[in-house]
Amino acid sequence: MEKKLKVAALKDGTVIDHIPSDKLFKVVHILHLDSCLNQITLANNLESKKIGSKGIVKIADRALAENETNKLALICPDAKINIIRNFEVVEKRPLVLPDEIREIVQCANPNCITNNQPVQTRFFVLKEAANTHLKCRYCEREVKVEEVKIK
Amino acid sequence: MSKNSLVSISDYSKDEILSILDSAANFEANPNRKTLDGKVIATLFFEPSTRTRLSFETAVIRLGGSIIGFSDAATSSSSKGETLNDTIHMVSSYADAIVMRHPLEGAARYAAEISPVPIINAGDGANQHPSQTLLDLYSILKTQGTLENLNICLVGDLKYGRTVHSLLMAMSHFNPTFKFIAPDELKMPDEYKVFCKKHGINYTESTELNDNFNDADILYMTRVQKERFQDLMEYERVKNVYTLKNEMLVHSKPNLRILHPLPRVTEIDPDVDTNEKAYYFKQAQNGLYVRQAIVSKVLR
Repeated sequence: MEKKLKVAALKDGTVIDHIPSDKLFKVVHILHLDSCLNQITLANNLESKKIGSKGIVKIADRALAENETNKLALICPDAKINIIRNFEVVEKRPLVLPDEIREIVQCANPNCITNNQPVQTRFFVLKEAANTHLKCRYCEREVKVEEVKIK
Repeated sequence: MSKNSLVSISDYSKDEILSILDSAANFEANPNRKTLDGKVIATLFFEPSTRTRLSFETAVIRLGGSIIGFSDAATSSSSKGETLNDTIHMVSSYADAIVMRHPLEGAARYAAEISPVPIINAGDGANQHPSQTLLDLYSILKTQGTLENLNICLVGDLKYGRTVHSLLMAMSHFNPTFKFIAPDELKMPDEYKVFCKKHGINYTESTELNDNFNDADILYMTRVQKERFQDLMEYERVKNVYTLKNEMLVHSKPNLRILHPLPRVTEIDPDVDTNEKAYYFKQAQNGLYVRQAIVSKVLR
């Protein structure tokens, strides 16, 4: 019997695979895919040996910018980025948080200078065992990575 | 951007802290010098202050420097909506260094990033107040003869009180043992307890003051700061939770000294003032010498 792909193949563009199902629409939101005019394929609640239930996003003719992969690394660090050229995976890009994140995260402290004046946010990424925290460079408050507010 | 700014106590190494304290002792012996002759220091106080502003300004004047600035944000262009970025760029073109207090947390770090002259943080919201920490350390060193291996009891608002957080971090160089005494609403935040564990610092916690400080070398009292509360009901519940009275000091160690960053309200009864263990007014005076040392260091 002929096997059929559950998600249509992509000629050129980016595939974000192994997104936990409960994070798929957050990925749509933080990448602003609702206002993206490229062809986009979304699939969710697909079977996954690794994580049980996963989502996939395929975006035609678009590469992700560094700040976008940083956003993904914050909310679904185990997702995989595949770069597609002419139906072939030409690059698999792991999601790695840099030591410092600029602009994409909003400080949770309402009294922080970054929430009151035109100041770009900067966070230090503190990785300890299984826990990752972000520390605001300005007000020095720490927040768990699961609790960050992404702009 | 100036590299000499003092934004957070963590900007200084143990050696730099000890060097400042040594320098402060020299200024205490001889506070009137003309080492800042011809220098202009701006004091920008976007939030009210008595001791910090007056002691910084006295420090500069006693060293022969001049002061410009404001003590009320309402009299500055910030009240017209000027950004901190613009204020700092403008003032840094007039002054050789800027002493700044600001209600927003992180304001001093940001100012230090954009300013070509050194910024001295005189308090940024509930975040950092490093000159207070250095004068606390100077007071502890003067009264105990050492900073090493002391029992320090921190009392009152340990949640919002920036002085206790900075003191805790600074003392981590000197193997202290802490006792945190606070009501549940104002307990020491977890991140500082994690900091203690990481640095091998022993601590205990209690909600009772009573005579819980009999083994302490330093009793550091703090005011419950109304201006830090977003929930005023919470403030009303805890505002008068502790009052230290003279009779409570009977069984304390002879070398115990009571510190308080001031202003105090009800947390230390006036009958303690005449006890030889009360050190808070002398502590405020020590601020002058420590601030002379800080201003001299950032302009070096």
